[in-house]
Amino acid sequence: MSCQNCESEGAVIHLTQIVDDQMKTLHLCERCAAEKGLETSALPENFPLTDFLAKMGPEDRVPAEHAPTPPCSFCGLEFSHFKELGRLGCPHCWSTFEVQLRGLVRRIHGGSQHLGKVYLSPDPSVSEREKQLETLRRKLHRAVELEEFERAAELRDEIHATEPVV
Amino acid sequence: MSETPSVRDFGLSWLDASGKFADIVLSTRVRLARNLQGHAFGPRARLNDRTAVLEQVRGVRSRVDVLEGSEIQELRELDMRPRRILLERRLASRDLVGKNGSPPAPGTAVVLAPDQPISIMVNEEDHLRLQTLLSGLRLREAWNLLDSLDDELGRELPYAYHHEFGFLTSCPTNVGTGLRASVLMHLPALVLTKEIGKVLQGLSQVGLTFRGLDGEGSEVVGNFFQLSNQTTLGKSEEDLVDHLDRIVRQVIQYETNARQVLLRDAASVTEDKIWRAYGLLRYARMLTFDELMNLLSGVRLGASLKLILGLCVYSLNKIMNFSQPAHLEEAAGRDLSPAESDAHRAALVRRILSDEGVVTPDEGSSDENGSRAASR
Repeated sequence: MSCQNCESEGAVIHLTQIVDDQMKTLHLCERCAAEKGLETSALPENFPLTDFLAKMGPEDRVPAEHAPTPPCSFCGLEFSHFKELGRLGCPHCWSTFEVQLRGLVRRIHGGSQHLGKVYLSPDPSVSEREKQLETLRRKLHRAVELEEFERAAELRDEIHATEPVV
Repeated sequence: MSETPSVRDFGLSWLDASGKFADIVLSTRVRLARNLQGHAFGPRARLNDRTAVLEQVRGVRSRVDVLEGSEIQELRELDMRPRRILLERRLASRDLVGKNGSPPAPGTAVVLAPDQPISIMVNEEDHLRLQTLLSGLRLREAWNLLDSLDDELGRELPYAYHHEFGFLTSCPTNVGTGLRASVLMHLPALVLTKEIGKVLQGLSQVGLTFRGLDGEGSEVVGNFFQLSNQTTLGKSEEDLVDHLDRIVRQVIQYETNARQVLLRDAASVTEDKIWRAYGLLRYARMLTFDELMNLLSGVRLGASLKLILGLCVYSLNKIMNFSQPAHLEEAAGRDLSPAESDAHRAALVRRILSDEGVVTPDEGSSDENGSRAASR
């Protein structure tokens, strides 16, 4: 079988994808696969989380053709690779894939707001502000839970005012 | 290179059965997953990430109370046997010691605190896994120990933390608090009365999960179950450990009730099972680890129900720990074939049991009360 992309090389990579509940199989040569950003090296054994990720609903899927999420700028991890591995690459991945991860985290833990220990960075100037922000965020979380939306809006504004300008 | 003296006794304090409900709850374990800013997580970490993480940990030890005078065991510098001993004592994970005979990854290490049952796995799936292992049911105490270490470490090392997701981890199932608390329980009566299924099913409905003796994916051997929290985010650490504590106490109550049912409805069969198990352990010449665990379960039940008198839980815990393959080899001072291992295991069990002042009931006293009376 020849590569579906360049039609000159033999297809050695057979990629089965499920997009919008449709199963599609792509037959590609190594070069075209690499151009599409597919990792062709042997992957470590699958983790149980992989099954979970495979069952993720459509809203968590990255519609590859429409809006591809760029890979993590720190470690280079692609979201598709995360779905295979079930493991993130670095702390920065959590910001890069924040939207997709929020959905996943909600499904695993029933929510996405951490309510445990508040961590203050060793840098004292950052930590004072963070402390204040953390308190406000928790108040906001509580207000939303209690459906006190006016209070929530006030808190949201206060958070915006306190947050560092990027 | 050989094991240093501190590893020899490290991770064994739980054996002394000093904790609450120690006959049913063998041990309490709590671990916290933490990662450092600016470095890739374990599976994608490069050599310089791994080295930098290890060096940062090495550097802050003198500034963290609990870790002052602590020892760092780099897995790569240890022979196979000491590595397996760390694994058998639950101080290192299977990933850390190297899977299927492959050498451990660079930078992997275990930090052992000198005075407290606290250790840190370095460069596992997460940069740091802080953990503690205590005897009996002591969840709050275990959490408090780790909490203060975590406070101190976090002041010295820049943790990866997100205002919404909490402490960031390599796997989303650990994010938030990064806390996994687990309690190792012995539940033979619930198994014998076939009530265990209901109990285990109930666990998942209250956000808990269970596994066998050997951690994730392991089978249940010898009626030993590890109960732990399933989720790590959306509740405070105190709520997570208190919730587990409440459920564990309920399970203890169920187990105690099931034991009473056994004594009431099947006293002679139960007593027979227990003494047969004791007889086999006392005189067998070869024992596989699984067989030992199953027999030990019977004897542990007997000791707990005071059907076997003069046998302390500490000795049963010692048997559990020191009959593991690497521990047997360490005692023998050489590698052992599986058959040799079974023989050494049986000899160890005979030696420990013969040191105990177990009183065997008089022959002919077949009913439960008779045997109890005769044994004192």
